[in-house]
Amino acid sequence: MAIAELMPFCVLVPLIAAPVCALLPGRVWPWALALAAAAASAAIAALTLPAAMGAPLSYAFGNWPPPIGIEYRVDAANAFVALLVAGMAVVTLPWAKTSVDAEVPERQGTFYALFLLAFAGLMGITLTGDAFNVFVFLEISSLATYALIAHGPDRRALLAAFRYLIMGTVGATFLLIGIGFLYMMTGTLNMADLAERLPAVRETNTVRAALAFIIVGMGLKLALLPLHLWLPNAYTYAPNFITVFVAGTATKVALYVMLRFVFTVFAPDYSFAVLPLALVLMVLAIAGMFAGSWVAMFQANLKRMLAYSSVAQVGYMVLGISLVSVTGITAAFLHLFNHALMKGALFMALGTMIYRVGSARIEAVRGLGRVMPWTLTAFALAGLSIIGVPTTAGFISKWYLILAAMEAGHWWLVMLIVITSLMAVYYIWRVVEAAWFQSRPDGAPAVAEAPLSLLAPTWLLVALNFYFGLDTRLTVSAATAAAEALLGPVAGGARP
Amino acid sequence: MTPATVVLIPFLGALGIALAHRNPRLRDALCWVAAVLFFIGVILQVGPVMSGTGVRQVLWELLPGLDIAFRVEPLGLLFALVASSLWLIATLYAQSYMKSLGYGHLARFFACYAIALGSAAGIAFSDNLLTLFIFYEILSLSTYPLVTHSGTDNARRGGRIYIAYLLITSIGLLLPAILWTYFAAGTLTFAEGGILAGHVDPFWIPVLAGLFMFGIGKAAIMPMHRWLPAAMVAPAPVSALLHAVAVVKAGVFTVLKVAVYVFGTDLLSGSGSGLWIAWFAAFTIVAASLVALTLSDLKARLAYSTVAQLSYVVLGAMVATPFAVIGATMQLALHAVAKITLFFGAGAIQVAHNRKTVPELDGLGRVMPWTFGAFTVGCLSIIGLPLFGGMWSKWYLVLGSLEAEQRILVAALLLSSLLNILYLLTIPIRGFFAPAAEGVPTEGIHEAPLAQRVAMVTCAAACVVFFFWPGPLFHLAGMLVP
Repeated sequence: MAIAELMPFCVLVPLIAAPVCALLPGRVWPWALALAAAAASAAIAALTLPAAMGAPLSYAFGNWPPPIGIEYRVDAANAFVALLVAGMAVVTLPWAKTSVDAEVPERQGTFYALFLLAFAGLMGITLTGDAFNVFVFLEISSLATYALIAHGPDRRALLAAFRYLIMGTVGATFLLIGIGFLYMMTGTLNMADLAERLPAVRETNTVRAALAFIIVGMGLKLALLPLHLWLPNAYTYAPNFITVFVAGTATKVALYVMLRFVFTVFAPDYSFAVLPLALVLMVLAIAGMFAGSWVAMFQANLKRMLAYSSVAQVGYMVLGISLVSVTGITAAFLHLFNHALMKGALFMALGTMIYRVGSARIEAVRGLGRVMPWTLTAFALAGLSIIGVPTTAGFISKWYLILAAMEAGHWWLVMLIVITSLMAVYYIWRVVEAAWFQSRPDGAPAVAEAPLSLLAPTWLLVALNFYFGLDTRLTVSAATAAAEALLGPVAGGARP
Repeated sequence: MTPATVVLIPFLGALGIALAHRNPRLRDALCWVAAVLFFIGVILQVGPVMSGTGVRQVLWELLPGLDIAFRVEPLGLLFALVASSLWLIATLYAQSYMKSLGYGHLARFFACYAIALGSAAGIAFSDNLLTLFIFYEILSLSTYPLVTHSGTDNARRGGRIYIAYLLITSIGLLLPAILWTYFAAGTLTFAEGGILAGHVDPFWIPVLAGLFMFGIGKAAIMPMHRWLPAAMVAPAPVSALLHAVAVVKAGVFTVLKVAVYVFGTDLLSGSGSGLWIAWFAAFTIVAASLVALTLSDLKARLAYSTVAQLSYVVLGAMVATPFAVIGATMQLALHAVAKITLFFGAGAIQVAHNRKTVPELDGLGRVMPWTFGAFTVGCLSIIGLPLFGGMWSKWYLVLGSLEAEQRILVAALLLSSLLNILYLLTIPIRGFFAPAAEGVPTEGIHEAPLAQRVAMVTCAAACVVFFFWPGPLFHLAGMLVP
């Protein structure tokens, strides 16, 4: 079977596994099926990426040729994101077993079925070449995610899920309105076809409005400041496994959709000319970097601290996009990948800690460095990556971001990136200081080091942070290919 | 032995020491094994450097043109020699000191101590600014637990100032300077004659030099000096080896390395673009000496003396005439030997008599003759009087400043020596000749333990030896200038 025909199974396997999973009893089978489905999906995604580096792969569903039928169209950009999403699912699921058993003791069949739906939805958004299909998969993954967040052990999870539902639905609706406008003007939903037909009608207000709606809609799902309000609560109160998975994947996929529309469907010379998009994105990105890091510095709840740090990290990615150059988009893709690794590792280390001490507050960490050395060391090492210390993955993406800023002649951006990195030093250091240089509060219950089932996957992700900080061949070449797939292989950039 | 292996020895030693925390004997033995092996490793680098080849070793390529690499050259070798030989002596001293005063968590202490030395070696042997920066930061982080070792609120407050100053200056100023260099020159690899000439507009050179020099917080030019007195809450062996040798010397070593191999002495001395920093350094020298005069806490006084002495190196590096660079390089080694003697002395006084402020030391010299004798030698060497090694670095620095026709810098150097007499030499003079302070025994000898005395006397002897045999030192320093 050719790889182009195998590729849709990335989405189909988890989608088909989901209802089966819902019927499975007990605590082992649903998890095992989810893991098997994710592994199969990841294996296919891993085969797809090298094949998609050259010409795009295309698959027409039901043999209805595009633009009539639904087409899956995969180039380096979406193959890269798909591998990231599937890879994160495979890496986090082994960790999930112990954590989910503690937090969601009953009806795990439903839980893992929802997870598979969310996962399949994200894969679908990534791989499809059909604009309306993007919306459908977005709703599938979003609805499943709302339900998953509501599974959180704290009653506040319900409110957090409800808020996310409202904001997320607004975002998805905006996307739908935008796609509707495009369909009205061109009569097609296929992205490649849209890209061909749009130039004829590009000078109309409808098309301009469509672009604006899509950007705002995706800005919401992406948690770009000031549309980030759903994120901190959703991350804080969701079950730890869901926080890990969603933090690593959902915002990344939203970013990919935004890129796909802005660069492929609308072409950069249009998007960045008709709206002051470069300026708006840059301002919002910088605001997000600062506001997110600033708020993170003063959070007492560490899950919330990491959530705000995510708002800041989204800022870095969007900053790369706002520079509209191959290097800038490469930096965005690199950070998209690397941030999944570092935030995944941080949330896993934190979740492991919560598994033992039952609280995510900074007071609970005091003196834990001696009691749970492996967990806290994992947290500190992943923290190095988020700061951007050389030899970690975080350094590589920041390096490219700085490279892109310098290419564009924006000296001052380098200073801003450095300052926000210093803020990251502070919020990671706070935890390190509490863990190792303060003593356990009196009367704190005795805790032991976390079980291996939680530690091993956490350390795997920490190791990946260092691996991709040292061996940059795979990530840099894939991210560059992805950026070139979106921008066309122009050296230097296509600034309008 | 390759440079990477030498750098690795202390790190592996640290691992071993940390794992041996339940077995004090094994832990102490490992401290010695690591220090001795490290010393041998550094000595083995001497041959290749002297024959002019120096080993170069690329450890890992992060991105094209951006790698982690080591190369042993004369300046790095000198720093590594100073750090590794003094680590041997400091191990002797520290084991005795920490046990006499009953400190806990000794495995953590000695492990961090070893990591700090390993990072110093990494800095010494680094072949490019990226490698240097990585080890520079490891050094900052690994010394934080040492500064806060006693765990008191006071220690933690000092530790916070310490880490905040070092991290903020390095990430906020040094890192942008490194990035700037990379984008201007297209490389970060140190090269003879510098890599910046012709790549940066002469107008911006002084700015870039400022980013580097103030960004290297470990060199403690005012106003980036506050961390050094704050770090004095640490136990004496930390102050001695790290805050008189490894950490601060890593700072001024980086200053020299940047001046010689990034800017190039021709660019600096030709354009005079570093002179404004040399003026800051001269101000630091005088101001820190004046502050030291007012302080009664012995270690705080020594800390400000260190601030002043470090700026000698910065001054020499920024004036950048051949004699000035030679003087700065020699100062790096000679001040280390003299200052570690003084800190050992301060620690010994604390162990034997639990005294920390200068007025309490009156008459103590008569009951601690070894300690105060060594202390006197250290003071004289720092002042720069003949018969003591410290004279050579002062001599060449003054010559270098004259060469650059900077009379005011010469005046600052001479004034500082006079101030040194006032705030340093008065301590042993009053110790020997003043009437005994309250509670000081008037008869018999009440000395620190033997190990500490041996360490002090060895260092004091080295101060004298360097006066008569400055040849090898001069040879290494001379290899830096055309």
